[in-house]
Amino acid sequence: MAKKRVVTTTINDRQVEFLCQPRQTLLESLRDVLNMTGTKEGCTNGNCGACTVLMDGRPVDSCLVLAVEAEGANLETIEGVAPSDGLDPIQTAFLENAALQCGICTPGFIMATKALLESNPHPTEDEIRFYLAGNLCRCTGYDKIVRAVLDVAESREEVSV
Amino acid sequence: MATVEKTQDQESSTNGQYKVIGTRPIRHDGVDKVTGRARYGGDTRLTGMLPAAMLRSPHAHAKIISIDTSKAEALPGVRAVATSADLPDATDKIADLGEGSVNLKHLSDNVLAHDRVLYRGHAIAAVAADDIHIAQEAVGLIEVKYELLPPVMNVLDAMKADAPLLHDDIKTNDLGETADQLSNIATHIRFEKGDLEAGFAAADVIVEREFHTATVHQGYIEPHNATALWNADGHITVWMSTQGTFTARQQTAELLDVPVSRVKVVPMEIGGGFGGKISVYLPPVAAILSKKTGRPVQMLMSRTDVFEATGPTPGSTIRVKMGADSKGRITAAEAWLAYEAGAYPGSPVGAGAMCVFACYDVPNGKVDGFDVVVNKPRTNAYRAPGATNAAFATETVIDELCEKLKLDPVEFRINNAAKEGVRRVDGPVFPRVGMIETVEAIRDSEHYQTPLEGKFRGRGMASGFWFNVGLKSTAQATVNADGTVALIEGSTDIGGSRAGIAMQLAETLGIAAEDVVPTVVDTDSIGYTDVTGGSRVTFATGWAAYLAAKDIQGQLIERAAKIWDCDVAKIDYKDGAVVGPDGKRFTFKEIAAEAQTVGEPVIGRGSADPQEPGGAFGTHLVDVEVDIDTGKVTILRYTAAQDAGTAIHPAYVEGQIQGGVVQGIGWGLNEEYYYDDKGTMRNSTYLDYRMPTSYDLPMIDTIIVEVPNPGHPYGVRGVGEVPIVPPPAALANAIYNAIGIRMHELPMSPPKVLHEILKQQ
Repeated sequence: MAKKRVVTTTINDRQVEFLCQPRQTLLESLRDVLNMTGTKEGCTNGNCGACTVLMDGRPVDSCLVLAVEAEGANLETIEGVAPSDGLDPIQTAFLENAALQCGICTPGFIMATKALLESNPHPTEDEIRFYLAGNLCRCTGYDKIVRAVLDVAESREEVSV
Repeated sequence: MATVEKTQDQESSTNGQYKVIGTRPIRHDGVDKVTGRARYGGDTRLTGMLPAAMLRSPHAHAKIISIDTSKAEALPGVRAVATSADLPDATDKIADLGEGSVNLKHLSDNVLAHDRVLYRGHAIAAVAADDIHIAQEAVGLIEVKYELLPPVMNVLDAMKADAPLLHDDIKTNDLGETADQLSNIATHIRFEKGDLEAGFAAADVIVEREFHTATVHQGYIEPHNATALWNADGHITVWMSTQGTFTARQQTAELLDVPVSRVKVVPMEIGGGFGGKISVYLPPVAAILSKKTGRPVQMLMSRTDVFEATGPTPGSTIRVKMGADSKGRITAAEAWLAYEAGAYPGSPVGAGAMCVFACYDVPNGKVDGFDVVVNKPRTNAYRAPGATNAAFATETVIDELCEKLKLDPVEFRINNAAKEGVRRVDGPVFPRVGMIETVEAIRDSEHYQTPLEGKFRGRGMASGFWFNVGLKSTAQATVNADGTVALIEGSTDIGGSRAGIAMQLAETLGIAAEDVVPTVVDTDSIGYTDVTGGSRVTFATGWAAYLAAKDIQGQLIERAAKIWDCDVAKIDYKDGAVVGPDGKRFTFKEIAAEAQTVGEPVIGRGSADPQEPGGAFGTHLVDVEVDIDTGKVTILRYTAAQDAGTAIHPAYVEGQIQGGVVQGIGWGLNEEYYYDDKGTMRNSTYLDYRMPTSYDLPMIDTIIVEVPNPGHPYGVRGVGEVPIVPPPAALANAIYNAIGIRMHELPMSPPKVLHEILKQQ
């Protein structure tokens, strides 16, 4: 077994150092080394998006990133989305729209939605469907997820006006 | 956040009749699930826990000559290895799993293969090690010698007299009689009604067609998992995501040959199931490895393991023949259904045979069903198991009958619809059901009323039926001094059922949904509860919660009688309050506080085994556009109408409909197990299996029809399963309407549709 490496990253605004094997993915390190199990595993080959985290602002499938690649990176995970005094508007919209059933894909969808709205604050339905196509949900048929994202975008519009 | 008042689709017609039922409160487990705090099976973390990996068969059909684990055991970091030799001998015993039964010898063999592998991915041996990578490396060091056997990959091939046999103990149970010879056909069943010949003789038009459907998977995003601890005191605890803790406990106990009381199953949150998380695969193996190592052991499946080794729903061949007279009345119907059971008997062909004509009043009918083993993973329930295959055939034939008779499919369905008093071909007589109402709801919809225009565009319609089940449920509710109620129940919550159950308790007590705190607890902490399946939880566990609330009402009345020093007969429970003589009144909150100081704790108990789930019907309408250069079918618009009896939480009823529709769309247009000639599935990843993504779909419009179920205190009918039934047939009818081609094979994927287009040109 290759020697373990120290990885220094920022996770949810806190500097975090951890040890990992060179063969361990970022997903595995988050879940098994750092005990951050909010990021979910659905396929481990980048097909389902359940493990989506933001790496330097960009959504990535953490199962396709080696943990050592996260050296120096700024990571955002589902555990860092909610402010200390409540929920992020995306989280609230998912709840109010019943946009989850089993909920296993939800952390990945919320991270992808966060990335979408940061790059495109007012997406159309078609843009939402295109952007989120890398995240699979088997329970909802996506209808209520898309509506939740439309709701967030709409409420942001109201704030900015 | 409070109850969401707005509705995005249809308003529930029960609004107004009830205070809580029909509203849309935020689900109680919601915040945990949007913050990543909810703990699913794979999130279990225990001190000293070891991961384990599984060796699986690379062959679809082979004898196991030998298994040599010595090199694996010698690898540094390996803690234990398990093979079928570690499992107690299982006897031929049929265990009832709540939604279907299973032969324990077959189940044991499926958990770890004994002397033969029957499908690629069949589990053979497991290794627990200090880390998962060592375990996986060790799995690669296990040497298995195989003698390859020819695989049988298709139901029709498997039924041939000279087909290679999978088992040396299966003789056809042919209409109750056991045949003399070994066969891959495990069972042949038949249902009959009326005079079939006379019925077809009375027909003016007869349509007979053969249909083929591919093996498809439930596709839940969370892979199977189990974490087990076999403690030194002989008690086994399993943390897992499962649709049924009690059935998981029973299967685990039976396979390990220990009493059920020695096994505790702790329900972690479950990341989807759809019928596929009822059978156990990992818990007995993890338990054996735990016993050998003295440590908790965790096993997780990979996505490929899930596809290759857990229950898909069967591929099938179905022949349907239907006759109707010129007035548009069905005179006779005959069906022949052969379903692939996978490696062991137990396909849902029985359910398929019961559902195949259930939407209609068929005066003369005959249905034959065959349960056939093939070298594919053992099939399991998938949302209305067996019914979707059957509806694809029937609803396509109905469409063709209407075309030949020049009758409107809406009127034809209404004229022939199943309704109260109609006897199904398989025997049961319908109580009050809502088939007609779902067809009328589609007819009256804006979608139906808006003409579809454009080249290569078409509209299709189909209906579907699913029985729903009742089964056993338990609920217990403790009244807190602050006027809230802690509700515990045994139904694992896959899609928001905690909310639906809590709402029925809240309605009965006249309190807010938010004042109930529901928790799903382990098998040592609640009474027996059957699986989350059969569309039964909101119906039956909701009923148990209703009974628990009634029990609380009774106790609060007694408490008030003590306080007011009057007879209980003079006290009523009304509108969330205990009401006594002379205007005496305690609200629920007031009496809850009083009860804290006067008398014993108030704990309501409800256990239910309701027998009349009511039956569910749905009718769907879809518009498609076919790309005649590629064969790709694009869905332009979709509307699903369904009888929910009473929609407790309309948002989650819509969600069940939308989710079921989209699974049905995947089944209809894209999904299939694609095998090579060696019996290897060549598309065992999500990318290649290709379930629908958000970009493949429009919004799915829903119409909730409410024909209350007379067999439930609030009129609930289960809603989870029937929405998957109509989509493939509705799509096939829409494709015909668009390009004049009848599709008789699923999936109607681009190559298959293009093939038919080219044939026609």
